[in-house]
Amino acid sequence: MDQCAKQHAIRAENLTKRYGTARSGEVTAVDGISFTVAAGSVTGLLGGNGAGKTTTISMLLGLLLPTSGTVEVLGVDMVRHRHAALPRMNFSSPYVELPHRLTVRENLTVYGHLYGLKGVTRRVEELAEHLELTRFLERPSGGLSAGQKTRVALAKALLNRPELLLLDEPTASLDPDTADWIRTYLERYRMESGATILLASHNMLEVERLCDDVLVMRQGRIVDHGSPAGLLARYGRTSLEDVFLDIARDRANGEDARREAADAAE
Amino acid sequence: MPPSDAAVLVHANPAFSLRRVGAMVLRYWYLLRGSWPRFLELAYWPTMQMILWGYINQFMATSSAWVAQGAGVLVSAVLLWDVLFRGQLGVSVSFLEEMWSRNLGHLFVSPLRPSEWVAALFGMSLIRTVIGVVPAALLAIPLFGYSLFDLGLPLAGFFANLIVFGWSLGLVIVALILRYGMGAEGLAWIVVFMLAPVSAVYYPVGVLPGWLQWVALSLPSAHVFEGMRAILFDGTMRWDHLAWAVGLNALFMGLCSAAFLYSFHQARVRGALLQTGE
Repeated sequence: MDQCAKQHAIRAENLTKRYGTARSGEVTAVDGISFTVAAGSVTGLLGGNGAGKTTTISMLLGLLLPTSGTVEVLGVDMVRHRHAALPRMNFSSPYVELPHRLTVRENLTVYGHLYGLKGVTRRVEELAEHLELTRFLERPSGGLSAGQKTRVALAKALLNRPELLLLDEPTASLDPDTADWIRTYLERYRMESGATILLASHNMLEVERLCDDVLVMRQGRIVDHGSPAGLLARYGRTSLEDVFLDIARDRANGEDARREAADAAE
Repeated sequence: MPPSDAAVLVHANPAFSLRRVGAMVLRYWYLLRGSWPRFLELAYWPTMQMILWGYINQFMATSSAWVAQGAGVLVSAVLLWDVLFRGQLGVSVSFLEEMWSRNLGHLFVSPLRPSEWVAALFGMSLIRTVIGVVPAALLAIPLFGYSLFDLGLPLAGFFANLIVFGWSLGLVIVALILRYGMGAEGLAWIVVFMLAPVSAVYYPVGVLPGWLQWVALSLPSAHVFEGMRAILFDGTMRWDHLAWAVGLNALFMGLCSAAFLYSFHQARVRGALLQTGE
């Protein structure tokens, strides 16, 4: 592993994804983005619906082939050699569920074997205990509540103790208590493991709390990035939600927002 | 736990892992054992077919000189036909389980490789076929006094060729569903029946018109059924038919694997692995 790979868990260069053909009409979902994610950091990927977050994550996972550009994860070219990186990373999304008819234990056991774990049974029980899932282990996954499903998905994502964790809206549709529990767990996992976490989220409080760095996407491009504090200072805002709205509504550098505020004061 | 511990925790990551194949077989086995209707469905159809064709066989044996010459020819034919059908369905249905549960996104961000997944689909197809066909074959012994196992060692060759051909067809169906989505789901249940008339399951290839005989003889299944009849009617093992079946199977498996790999690659281009379903 070269020095760059040690510093960066993720490195994307001119990453582009176009769907469709010239004849049927092309849609550019991701438009030549370049970014790095520092090893050991928690980075938030922000953007409105259709901004290109899920497409970007899919390319990072190697599920989706880019139209052009390169993507390296943990020092591995994900287009050509993704199987060298996949055992060291994992993914969770509320939109990609585990098979409903299998019990929680069965699902986690299958994935434990897929990740080549030693002592699968012990690892499943250990994670179930950490994530307070022990009493649900013999229940079909499809019969769980949203919060329980999220914890099961997180258990699956942590089975192999990933060095890189990709999370797509990890607390979507959860009540505040459960969402807070998940965030606390992620903070603790990151602190204990030193893992890198990239999370796509629409929850700005979550991003402010968890993230060291933020990438903001709009219409397939990265339109800004920086630490949450840095973005707040640059846009002259007190919450990331306002920064997000400024960017989503194309009020560059908060000038429009400041003008609005000044107009209102007059 | 620091990431360096993960390396201790995880086994090596070979290019083809029997452990990952086993994990996927386990996944489908969990599904099967958790649902008695699924088990029942596996054995129900072959048994019903065997009983139906068993009585037809009995009737025809008294009214048709051709059937009378080959004891249990129709029962053997229907049971072997079910090997082909179940072999194909075993691959297609296990794949459809992933589509129905929208699980492909999770599977292919794990270290699972397409070749390992396909091996698991084949393994599960074998299990499903044995569960479906063997009880029906055993039931034919007390019901009709005919044992498929009397075909002897050639039965293993017939079984292997038919199930491998079923796997090839299953791979093409998987490729089509990956390409066209769940709209192509119905193909899993009908494609094999397009081949039934030209597989000469219940009659010799010679019955077909000349041009259709060439089509029939380009399929491994027709050679298997011709070989089966040669044993039942003449008591001879037709090695030429077996060789043709093996050769054609190798060709079909190569072509169908290529179609699957192309379709899988295209699914990664189109992002279909995350957006499976209707």
